[in-house]
Amino acid sequence: MLANLINGISLGSVYAIIALGYTMVYGIAKMLNFAHGDVIMVGGYIAFCSISYLGWPPILAVLASVVVCTILGIVIEGLAYKPLRNATSLAVLITAIGVSYFLQNAALLIWTSNTKVFPNMFAGMAPIQLGGTQIAPVTLITVFANIVIMVALTLFTSRTKMGKAMRAVSEDKGAATLMGINVNRTISMTFAIGSGLAAIAGVLLCTAYPTLMPTTGAMPGIKAFTAAVFGGIGSIPGAMLGGVLLGVIEIFGKAYISTQLSDAIVFAVLIIVLLVKPTGLLGHKVREKV
Amino acid sequence: MELFKKLKKHTKMSFLNYGIVIVFYIVIQILAMSGHLTNSLKGQLIPIVSYVIMALALNLVVGISGELSLGHAGFMSVGAFSGVVVSMSMAGSAPEPVRLICAILIGALLAGLAGVIIGIPVLRLNGDYLAIVTLAFGEIIKNVMNCLYVGVDGAGIHVSFKDAGSLGMAADGKILINGPIGANGVTKLSTFMAGTVLLIIVLIIIQNLVNSRTGLAIMAIRDNRIAAEASGVPVTKYKLIAFVTSAAIAGAAGALYALNYSTIAPKKFDFNTSILVLVFVVLGGIGNMTGSIIAAALLTILPELLRKFADYRMLIYAIVLIIVMIATNNEKVRAFVNGLKKKPAQEEAK
Repeated sequence: MLANLINGISLGSVYAIIALGYTMVYGIAKMLNFAHGDVIMVGGYIAFCSISYLGWPPILAVLASVVVCTILGIVIEGLAYKPLRNATSLAVLITAIGVSYFLQNAALLIWTSNTKVFPNMFAGMAPIQLGGTQIAPVTLITVFANIVIMVALTLFTSRTKMGKAMRAVSEDKGAATLMGINVNRTISMTFAIGSGLAAIAGVLLCTAYPTLMPTTGAMPGIKAFTAAVFGGIGSIPGAMLGGVLLGVIEIFGKAYISTQLSDAIVFAVLIIVLLVKPTGLLGHKVREKV
Repeated sequence: MELFKKLKKHTKMSFLNYGIVIVFYIVIQILAMSGHLTNSLKGQLIPIVSYVIMALALNLVVGISGELSLGHAGFMSVGAFSGVVVSMSMAGSAPEPVRLICAILIGALLAGLAGVIIGIPVLRLNGDYLAIVTLAFGEIIKNVMNCLYVGVDGAGIHVSFKDAGSLGMAADGKILINGPIGANGVTKLSTFMAGTVLLIIVLIIIQNLVNSRTGLAIMAIRDNRIAAEASGVPVTKYKLIAFVTSAAIAGAAGALYALNYSTIAPKKFDFNTSILVLVFVVLGGIGNMTGSIIAAALLTILPELLRKFADYRMLIYAIVLIIVMIATNNEKVRAFVNGLKKKPAQEEAK
């Protein structure tokens, strides 16, 4: 029971970190960035290569993966999404899918379709005993990383100039422009942060579930997106809450109901929540004006 | 010719679509008879027709009803596996064309039923939330299909969600659907001829629906939901009509698709398939049926044509997709293209 709860929170923390990227991009650019899951995969591969081929220490590998993914995020935004700033949301969605195909197939060419076994980065650390249950170090580190990121992001959006600019742009793009905020740079920055977080999530995900394929990011991406909607898309605490709840539901569903149907259970809970509260758990209701 | 000119614009468009399908059918038949049809293309014919039907079905929801559905492969899956069960359990007791027709009809019926069950809660939501719930339903259908075991014996059809052993069949029983492995040893009943006939029937249904009073109501809701509601249009009812029709057609396409293969697994109808069909609809032009037909056919053949680029073909596909989206939606590019078109005319005027 306790072990399941902790595993659930750990998996949920990974979802939450990915969901933060989704929710920030949605909040500002109002787009569903389906390529986000594939940035996770790229992050995983970069860390894998740094450790296995270059022999770098884990900290450096994580850093390399964050840097590469941040740059990748900015490049993707600049090349594919920026020209479509005023296009319909469906056009942007299809472009995001194009980017997702591109990343998956580029990874397929570079790293082939063979499954890579991700090295255990915390091999030196002993599992921790807690009331008779063993907890793997990666589990605790994931939860810890999640809390740090959450606090840092909340401080960033409420205290710094850039963070305030982000909130302004997500509130009203036109008014933000009039206030002298560089909207394009703010959106670029959001993609950079989201992609950097995706890299961290990728490393944590691959450490907990050590198989790496070009399609590794797809399913966690969809689930994290679900988590973002679950918590109320556009809201940072919502993404966190949604992610953790989703992870816990998934692990408990697997343990107590059915292993095969665990995904179905997760999505069924999402549907029920959305039917009761159509804007997610912590989402704001936008009133329609006629 | 005089008669043709008198026809309404949308009637002309409808005839254009029937014409395209018939011409396509004749061209393929001529190619086949003269031996110019390669085997790989021959194998693609029924998938092409199935995807064209899927694109038309999705266009009804995305283009005409204006709701983004990301889970249409789920309906295709329901149609595919119910179609397989019907055709296999009728083996030996009915001629092949009858089995195919029954499979497609039951597939459409059950997918339509799934459409009602999903549509009633889903269509109360709006925009991106509706999209994510359809995505969730698509994943649920895939997941349930992965745990579905169906067998048939003398006593009738047995269904289990646990494993093949718990079906409790008699000794002469035969497993039709085997969980994640899917259906094995399916008799290939689908023919290109049957697919073309189905496609024409689907076109007749969709085009008459769109051009009817019901279609006008659906489009009114798409253009302005609040105004339509204020004018007394029951929003949920008309959204549901479009959604269920679309689901049933997707089910028919699924049955046609599945009966073209001897093995078919549930994971074939996943999120990626839903997205693939959405790409056809968007590239063909949202709400434009002719566009959907052409885009679905071309884009199903395209990876086949790019075969000589082997490993790079999906990469090229992705780049082409991004470039086309930017080219058709960027204001500067559009202005540039329009400028090119206008120039000769202006010079003539001078």
